[in-house]
Amino acid sequence: MEKEAPHRDPSTVFDPAKAAPFLFAGGHPGWLGLAYLGHGEDWTELKLPWREELMGDDVRRVIASGPIFSMLDMGGGIAIWTRARRFVPIATLDMRVDYQRPAGERADVIARCECYRTTRSAAFVRGIAHDGDPDDPVATMAAVYMTIGDFNPAGAKND
Amino acid sequence: MTETGEPEIDLLSHYARSLGIEVSSFEDGVPVLCVSGIDAIEGRPGHFHGGATSGLMETAAYALLRLALHERGEHAQLKPINITVQFLAAAKKQPLFAKARITKLGRRSANVTVEAWQEERDRPRASAVMNVMIARTEPETD
Repeated sequence: MEKEAPHRDPSTVFDPAKAAPFLFAGGHPGWLGLAYLGHGEDWTELKLPWREELMGDDVRRVIASGPIFSMLDMGGGIAIWTRARRFVPIATLDMRVDYQRPAGERADVIARCECYRTTRSAAFVRGIAHDGDPDDPVATMAAVYMTIGDFNPAGAKND
Repeated sequence: MTETGEPEIDLLSHYARSLGIEVSSFEDGVPVLCVSGIDAIEGRPGHFHGGATSGLMETAAYALLRLALHERGEHAQLKPINITVQFLAAAKKQPLFAKARITKLGRRSANVTVEAWQEERDRPRASAVMNVMIARTEPETD
C-alpha cells in the first residue's frame, strides 16, 4: 500500500523542489492545491492558491484559517527535511498558530517555515503566512515535531 | 431547534463542507462533527494529515459557538485569534470525530477546547485550545 516515492529514500539528499510533486500529488496537500515556491538551507516556502472551496465564511471571500494551518504544518515538515538534508518520518507534536488578520479577498496565501533547531528526536519550527508582503503576516506559527523512530540527521548541527 | 433536534442555522463553512466534514450527532445540544477516511484528509499514507485533524477540531469549535450565539439570539461574526493543537496519537484513515466545549463565552472573545477521537473515545487523537474573536453585529431587521 505504502508506495516509496524517491524523496523517501534515506540514502538520497532531500530536495524540496524535487520532492514537491510527490508530496503534493494527492491526499490533503493535493486537495489543498499546495505548490512549492522555494527553499534555503533550513527553510521552505509554499503557496496555497485561493479557491472558493477554501472560504471560511459566506461574508468574506478569503481563505479560512484551517487551510493556512495545514499549509504551515506541511511547510514545517518540509523545512525539517530540508535542514536534515534527508527524509525522516516525523509527526507534529504541538503546533500553535496566531491569526493576525484575515488574508486579502481572493488572495493566495504563502507560507515560509524555518526549522531553527533539531535534536535527536525533536525538531523546532517557526513560520509565517502572508498574502504578498512578508512584513505584514496573516499568521505566525510555532511548532514542535517528533521523529518516528531514529532521527540522527546527517545535516543536523545539534546532537 | 427543529423536531429532529437540528438547529435552524448553518453550522459549517464552505471549507468544512468541501473537506467532507459533517455534523454527526448532537449530545446535550452540542454538535459532534465527523469526517470519514477520504483521500482529502490523508497525510502520511493511511493516516490523517495534522492539518485535516485540526481543521475538523476548529470546525467543531465554530459550530458550537455559532449555535450558542444563535440560541442567545445574538448576531456575531467569528474570527480566529489563535489555535494550539496537541497531536496525541496518529489518527488512522477512518472516521474521526470532534466535540468542542466552551470554556468562556465573553463579550469580545471566547475560549474553546476541542477533542478528536476515533474508536476509543477516552483515547483522544488530538486536542486543541482556541481563542475566537466575537464581532457582534446588529440583527437584520425582520
